[in-house]
Amino acid sequence: MPYEPVIGMEVHVELNTASKMFCGCSAEAFGTPPNTHVCPVCLGMPGTLPVINEQAVRYTVMTGLALNCTVQEHNVFARKNYFYPDLPKGYQISQYELPLCQDGYLTIDVGDGHPTEAGQARRVRIRRVHLEEDTGKLTHVDGYSLIDFNRAGVPLMEIVSEADIRSAEEAYAYVTRLRQIVRYLGVSSGDMEKGAMRCEVNLSLRPVGSDEFGTKVEVKNLNSFRSVRNAIAYEIERQTRLLEAGKPVTQVTMGWDEAAGVTREQRSKEEAHDYRYFPEPDLPPLNLEPAWIEAVKGSLPELPDAKRDRFMANYGLSRYDADVLVEDRAVADYFERAVRVAGDTINPKLVANWVTGELFRRMNETATAITSVKIKPEDLVALIRMVKGGTINQPAAKETFGVMWETGRPPQEIVEERGLKQISDAGELAGVVAQVIADNPDPVAQFKAGKETIIRFLIGQVMKATRGKANPQLAEQLLREQLQSNE
Amino acid sequence: MPKLTLEEVEHIATLARLGLSGDEKETFREQLSAILDYAEVLNRLDTTGVPPTTSALPLNNVMRPDQVTPSLPTEDALANAPDTDADQFRVRAILE
Ligand SMILES: [Zn+2]
Repeated sequence: MPYEPVIGMEVHVELNTASKMFCGCSAEAFGTPPNTHVCPVCLGMPGTLPVINEQAVRYTVMTGLALNCTVQEHNVFARKNYFYPDLPKGYQISQYELPLCQDGYLTIDVGDGHPTEAGQARRVRIRRVHLEEDTGKLTHVDGYSLIDFNRAGVPLMEIVSEADIRSAEEAYAYVTRLRQIVRYLGVSSGDMEKGAMRCEVNLSLRPVGSDEFGTKVEVKNLNSFRSVRNAIAYEIERQTRLLEAGKPVTQVTMGWDEAAGVTREQRSKEEAHDYRYFPEPDLPPLNLEPAWIEAVKGSLPELPDAKRDRFMANYGLSRYDADVLVEDRAVADYFERAVRVAGDTINPKLVANWVTGELFRRMNETATAITSVKIKPEDLVALIRMVKGGTINQPAAKETFGVMWETGRPPQEIVEERGLKQISDAGELAGVVAQVIADNPDPVAQFKAGKETIIRFLIGQVMKATRGKANPQLAEQLLREQLQSNE
Repeated sequence: MPKLTLEEVEHIATLARLGLSGDEKETFREQLSAILDYAEVLNRLDTTGVPPTTSALPLNNVMRPDQVTPSLPTEDALANAPDTDADQFRVRAILE
């Protein structure tokens, strides 16, 4: 019997506010000396009171709106009670019945893994987006555990999807898309490797065509986008084997072991998921004014889908090029700055070719982010203009680009200094062409005998003689003229 | 309202990480049941048309701007810890 996976995801996103959720300690937790960003509030000392960080609320509402959610005007924080040493108060301030945002969706593209025209758009419904606080960090040493509370109280946004995901690829598309959106909004780094984004997966199998839900297995410890995909693929296979052998799937929590490539049953942290939620008495209700929500909505930046559509419509880019350019907002901004500088003088498609071609190649080779690229958009445009205007040829352009990449200097200077200007003067080139014809009697004879392709060799000789500076079109034209005239 | 069952008391004790003796369980069964009975009095009120509230204070929307204020010196933060190591709180081994 064929089975289909039914997958829901819970994604935790650390918001990049300056201060923590309920106190003024710095929210910078990754890589900071232990217990340096702690105070009586985030250490849960008696007699302290939390105060909500407005920016964290704004960021969560921004995310909810970007995910097409309804924003709740009446909000309540709740205590989620459990004991664990990384939780100083014995409860986590979270939201339960009244989350900030509800009932949205995220559109994902799933095709052959590439964002091409072939991709199909799918909607994954978002059940809720709520705000809570992060826990401290535990380190396990022989025989005991150490706790650093720098992360305790950092604003944490939880995004819960409905069980609308049907494959490992879709789950991968979903999380990468979420990261793209939080990065566009500037509310989080979305960096999974640094724990700024953490995923949990709920997965069950059911016979294809059935509406029932199978036994749900939770998968945790997914620390990279790759592990999300791999863990789900593994778990689908494991459960399929069980069901096909007529064995039941048991409801457990599994941890993904990336090194071994398997999921393993986890000893459950809480024997009972009985969190005894109740409204947080230390925080008064939070009532968001409709006008405030509208203002936040109005302040949202252009999101990836809208940007892609605009790039296609305004700049005549292909879907593929547009997708690649908008993937990272900073790249899209770089491209648009270049297009703006170019004005009507250069086709935006040509700018896109340079960005997705030469620039991306260098960035990939050296793992450089666009924000660290030394070449200014206006200098890239100047380079393209020099090629288009015939000042330099392609090989010289690549050489110039290489120097620009290393030094960030403007192309005009580099071309001047290295003498890369193309020889486009017929008078200057005619002598070289005559010399090449004189030096290569055999190829010349072959050309005259009708071997048309040998002209490329002769052009190559002209380029060589001019150290690559000849205008190849002009070289060809002169070669043909001279070869015909000395027939 | 009927008394809490012994199982319920044991469950609550487990969640609260309390180890209770047999006598204590019986004592708390009485006391917790009495508290519930007392709260039950409130159910006698007719609350038709009264919107539910989660707070009795005449306050809402208390928020602060996202500004960093000084934290505690690490020595002070760790001063009450039963045990420390390398500027961290040290506790019995936790298995994940
Ligand atoms: Zn604090």
